[in-house]
Amino acid sequence: MTHQVLPTSRPALVADRTSRGRRQPLGGYRALKSLSKVLTYTVLTALSAISVFPLLFTLSNALKSNDQMYVMPPVWIPNPLMIEHTVTAWNALPFTLYTFNTLVITILSMAGHLLSGSLVAFGFSRLRGPGRDKLFALLLATMMLPGQVTIIPDYIMMKYLGWLDTFLPLIVPSFFGGGAFFIFLLRQFMLGISTELDDAARIDGCSSWRIYWSIVLPLIKPALGAVAIFAFVGNWNDFFYPLIFLNQQSKFTIALGLRLYQLQVFHTSFRTHSVQGLLGLSLVVLLPVVIVFFFAQKQFIQGITFTGLKG
Amino acid sequence: MAAISNETRQRTGKTSVLARREAIEMYICLAPWLIGVVVFTLGPMLASVVLSFMDWKLLKPPVWVGLDNFVSIFTSDPLFTKALVNTAYYTGFSVPLQLITAFLVAMLLNTRVRGLAIYRTIFYIPSVFSGVAVAIMWIWILHPNAGLLNQGLGILGIQGPNWLGNPQWAMPAMIIMSLWGGIGSPMVILLAGLQGVPQHLYEAAEVDGANGWHKLRHITLPMMSPVIFFSLVVGIVGSFQVFGASYILTGGGPNYATYTMVLKIYQNGFTQFRMGYATAQAWILFLILVTFTYLQFRLSRRWVYYETETVGKR
Repeated sequence: MTHQVLPTSRPALVADRTSRGRRQPLGGYRALKSLSKVLTYTVLTALSAISVFPLLFTLSNALKSNDQMYVMPPVWIPNPLMIEHTVTAWNALPFTLYTFNTLVITILSMAGHLLSGSLVAFGFSRLRGPGRDKLFALLLATMMLPGQVTIIPDYIMMKYLGWLDTFLPLIVPSFFGGGAFFIFLLRQFMLGISTELDDAARIDGCSSWRIYWSIVLPLIKPALGAVAIFAFVGNWNDFFYPLIFLNQQSKFTIALGLRLYQLQVFHTSFRTHSVQGLLGLSLVVLLPVVIVFFFAQKQFIQGITFTGLKG
Repeated sequence: MAAISNETRQRTGKTSVLARREAIEMYICLAPWLIGVVVFTLGPMLASVVLSFMDWKLLKPPVWVGLDNFVSIFTSDPLFTKALVNTAYYTGFSVPLQLITAFLVAMLLNTRVRGLAIYRTIFYIPSVFSGVAVAIMWIWILHPNAGLLNQGLGILGIQGPNWLGNPQWAMPAMIIMSLWGGIGSPMVILLAGLQGVPQHLYEAAEVDGANGWHKLRHITLPMMSPVIFFSLVVGIVGSFQVFGASYILTGGGPNYATYTMVLKIYQNGFTQFRMGYATAQAWILFLILVTFTYLQFRLSRRWVYYETETVGKR
């Protein structure tokens, strides 16, 4: 198997090396090559296992019965497979409501990021005016700013606006260019698109707004996809901001609900709580992200590569 | 459009009507961000400067205390130093280990392996997960008896520690967790960078008799240095803000072994409501990050190689 993988375009090079006095016989070189191939695949397989095992381990433990949890050596495939713990856990706290809350926040915030992000990026990449480059430098600077620096004044402001314990602090900033990173990503993408179409449209009397809406937006669909996905995953997983802005349990997001369940799980007074349930819930919370990832893997990889290489 | 307004400007020598209209349109486009940056970033930043010189328990009116907050942070709050050291410890191990592992994996994947896309997906999966759910998974993975990690170590004949219960091992446990989730993104970026290194450089080096180490040292690393630099800056800034992991896994314990800066800011600000004091610490965190980033950019001139730069100079 490994011999077939050998690069076929190399014989000239091999001959070159041996003729230069390295007394290595051709067979030895080949053996070395295939050995390194074997090694490569071994390491890659081991790393794949490390990547995946924590997930399988969690899944396996979520489905175990109480007596199988601590059995040594561990049982990998539980018998019986018990989904009951997870179902009970889901109903022990209003997780359906938490999911609904999270979806409302996630979808509205995503819409905000897409609309305002693309419009601002359009301004930064397609229109010219005084002070544009300085403002862009400001945008880059805010990208580096850790949220903790402004979180306390933000909190105080939200308190005076009466927005605490509502979804507004988690949604409204995204409509005002909240994610500097997204603006940056979209702007870079727009810069990579030729302006010929814009110019033609302008000559035909098209306004900037129509160019934005009918020409540029359709062309940057891949980047919009990446932003949508990053915004979705970011909001879905977010813990810090909901923790600070939301208080009442009826307003909780799914991440806060999971944390609440975790706090209660080791108290014996909660009969409905179990470690299996906790693990099962955490997998349920991750499930939408897994689904999004498998459907939009290309955008994920492209988005990351794009910001990493062109940044 | 750009070309047109340029021409117009050259011909007339002054800003044309068209250019002015374009500038107005630009500001309309930027307006959402401009409002947002003033209301949610610059304004609060300014407010937080003032706040950091105040004693404010939120329920009582604020009192101006001058530099008192900063003085007590450094003289009478041993937990701050503890949090700072912990955060540096976490960053100092987690970021280099993430980058080195990510680089090695990317190098392996770049050797024309079969099933590249599948491996890349598998290695990337952990990094789409984050937050509470992952930390909760790891509570059980790190369990002293039933946990995956100690069972794995047991197969190798090693008796694993009580990771989260032992002050010595809690932080290493957090670093291990960060490796699981933190390799994917730099790996994808580094792999794309590796694929972009022109093949002819390696071929030329091979003709000159370069071995694998020479190629790595004199072609791969210099060509990759901007990408490595980017990952390093992003990694350090991100890891200095670690919060969820220690909040969920240990709550900062045992014995404050995993107590981080942001956890401290959070507790001072949002459980004790010492707003001024928490803000002062947030500013120190910010200044540390700015200094770090600045130093990295300074140092980067020595080791980061930008291809276009040298071309431009000649």
